[in-house]
Amino acid sequence: MRRSLLFLPGNSPVMLQNGAVMPADALIMDLEDAVAPDQKDAARLLVTSALRTLDYSQEIIIRINASDSGHWQQDLTALVPCRPGAVMTTKSSVEAVKQTAELLTELERANQVTPGAIGIIALIETALGVEQAYEIATASERVSALFLGAEDLAADLRCERTKEGTEIFYSRSRLVLAARAAGIDAIDTPFTDVQDDEGIIADAELARSLGFSGKAAISPRHLSAINQVFSPRPEAIRYALAVMAALEQGKREGKGVVALDGKMIDAPIAARAEQVLTAAEKLGLLPER
Amino acid sequence: MKIIKTASAGTLESSDILVTVQPADILKLELESPVLAQYGEQIEETVRTVLTDLGVKAGLITLQDQGALDCTIRARLETAVRRGAEQEV
Amino acid sequence: MKDKVLPSITEALRLTGVKDGMTLSFHHHLRNGDYVLNLVLAAAQKLGLKDLTINASAIFDCHLPLLDLIRDGTVTGLECNYCGALVGKALSSGLLAKPVIFRSHGGRLADLARGSARIDVAFVAAPTADSRGNISGKYGRSACGSLGYAFSDVQNADRVVAVPENLVSYPLTDFSFSETEVDYVVAVERIGDPAGIVSGTTRVTRDPIGLLMADMAAEVIKASGLLLDGFSFQTGAGGASLAVAYAVEKIMLAEGIHGSFASGGITGKLVEMLNKGCFESLLDVQCFDLEAVRSLRENPAHREISASQYASPLAAGAVVDSLDTVILGATEIDPDFNVNVHTNSQGLIMGGSGGHSDTAAGARLAIIIAPLMRARLPLIVDRVQTISTPGRTVDLLVTQYGIAVNPLRAELSARLRDAGLKVMPIEELKHLAEKICGVPKTLKNENRVIAEVLYRDGTVIDTIRQVN
Repeated sequence: MRRSLLFLPGNSPVMLQNGAVMPADALIMDLEDAVAPDQKDAARLLVTSALRTLDYSQEIIIRINASDSGHWQQDLTALVPCRPGAVMTTKSSVEAVKQTAELLTELERANQVTPGAIGIIALIETALGVEQAYEIATASERVSALFLGAEDLAADLRCERTKEGTEIFYSRSRLVLAARAAGIDAIDTPFTDVQDDEGIIADAELARSLGFSGKAAISPRHLSAINQVFSPRPEAIRYALAVMAALEQGKREGKGVVALDGKMIDAPIAARAEQVLTAAEKLGLLPER
Repeated sequence: MKIIKTASAGTLESSDILVTVQPADILKLELESPVLAQYGEQIEETVRTVLTDLGVKAGLITLQDQGALDCTIRARLETAVRRGAEQEV
Repeated sequence: MKDKVLPSITEALRLTGVKDGMTLSFHHHLRNGDYVLNLVLAAAQKLGLKDLTINASAIFDCHLPLLDLIRDGTVTGLECNYCGALVGKALSSGLLAKPVIFRSHGGRLADLARGSARIDVAFVAAPTADSRGNISGKYGRSACGSLGYAFSDVQNADRVVAVPENLVSYPLTDFSFSETEVDYVVAVERIGDPAGIVSGTTRVTRDPIGLLMADMAAEVIKASGLLLDGFSFQTGAGGASLAVAYAVEKIMLAEGIHGSFASGGITGKLVEMLNKGCFESLLDVQCFDLEAVRSLRENPAHREISASQYASPLAAGAVVDSLDTVILGATEIDPDFNVNVHTNSQGLIMGGSGGHSDTAAGARLAIIIAPLMRARLPLIVDRVQTISTPGRTVDLLVTQYGIAVNPLRAELSARLRDAGLKVMPIEELKHLAEKICGVPKTLKNENRVIAEVLYRDGTVIDTIRQVN
């Protein structure tokens, strides 16, 4: 499950420590944006050391430096032995994802890591990236999510980034479409106003309604709102259980067409009910039988 | 590794440690820490282990600890040593 | 009619008959902005008085000049419920020959009632008073709001001197205590520095760990079954404690719960909760910010109470005994749930019980909220250096890594588990911290005893030793 993904600056011991108790589904340890150019070596060693020593229950994602930075190979060389769940490629392109996948294969082999175990999350934050979203999503078997980076994208689109997000509406939809077409997760950009407790809920609700599977956060304060928005609602779970019960009863009675509350249960309703129940089960939200 | 120049790593923020290494003929440690009484010996042992692993036989190692965990001490010390030996990763 | 207004503190010391060896008392409503204690002691020193004992409800670091008066023998005894870290460090070095006596807010009143503590002359810093000694904390440039902790001094001292900054014409009708109790009035230009008396606004912590623990504590309160109509609540003004008020408010508003009262030290946040209908009233022994002072002045549902009504174990009734839930801090806690709020990791004095042990004893649910480690130092130790609050009165501990329930409260533990909260034995939390931080070396201290901690029943619950 990737409902909430929390960014942690890679060179901050206290944030890396505190990350272990944060209610996020995934932690993104950032070696790129959050680390000054002359501290890349320090952050790399700090993250490596933290992963070797501290117990993290969340999925670990390493945000590596861009493919034109001269740091990304060292990032991977240092971090692959720590077996992160995924690495996040910055300013992703088809070429960058392929390069990353190739080096991962090589390093997994060298470090006795199960081949293909480490996924790639492609951070899409350029106009070209949005245009090629599906190609990026399918550039490697390793790609397990597309992730929208709206701040850089807005700059590339030469428009102002707003709280309402009208300027990224199309990109969000496009990204969801590409990710779902490729059968992978779509992760929404972080909400940047740490003080706005209502704004984060509205922004997460919007992302969920567009089809995103989760949302990143730059502040732990946003995590509970994100988790709540991206978890199945109690009424949705109740409805899904009713759908399943009706289908089972129909099967027992040999009925071809099953209805619930006067409405026919067709294949999409059944499929959606199954998705809700799968998510609910993973989150321990199903009522005890 | 041989320390050939003065270098440092880390910060003076809480839970971090600022490590400075300088070339010297012998190995010498200087440790300041708010948890010296409770953890002084453990910190020194960690530092000596890291230095041995990196093959550092001489140098003046100054550690200004702010209550860093062992994993942070290891990372900062290795960073400082590699910088001082001009063998950054 | 005798004229109560005197020209100087010196004159007040003379006329109240202060002699060597006597005890002077002070309240701490001016907190870290108080000038009055220093003013009175400087006058006593000039008069050549020796061997005085100071009984103050609390000592703050603005009272550092006290140290010189201890060095020259003007002051040889100190009794307080709390002591700031800078003064505390000096006391820990063994400055006083006689042990400092630490009490709780409730214990101080009980000991005054029992006669095991006494006050010869009380000096009452007064933001506003009239010439006959009617006193209020609600008005004036140095308004501090409630004067809760001063009631007992006024009632128990042989002589009472009011020290107002804002002298108004007789009669001041909205008084906290009246002229019947006050012998003399000495107006001074400044009783304190308003910036140190109350905060402009108390702000909620931005520390993610503090916020996480606050949410957990609110979940605990909800799961405990106490968060119903008629709920009563107390929490502090510091970091995570204040954040708990926000988290509890959220639940109360969402579920339409109408509580009864909030008590103790009052912040603007609790005032806001009162105004939103979360509580019927505030029982205020001390104001922490300007908003609380304003509300106490204007809203009859926001009521000043005496420290005795707040916490005395000997009073016929005390608010702490009607309290559902209290949120408290800790510098250390041990597997028996004993809590230390007196000394730091080096054993130096840096605080005190205040109302900690009183509210823990009274409240149905006493919650300790503290991070499992501060930098590298684990919260949970084999044995706390100083027992401030005995473990039998503490119900549970909330840390960012999980919740530990006192084994004496098995039914509570079951309720929290049923609600899906992360409950684990305190030993497991301790082990977890030691896995992350390493096992700290235990410090041995066999030096001279420099302070005694008295529990609210008057018994010595622990001692504090000199640190070299």
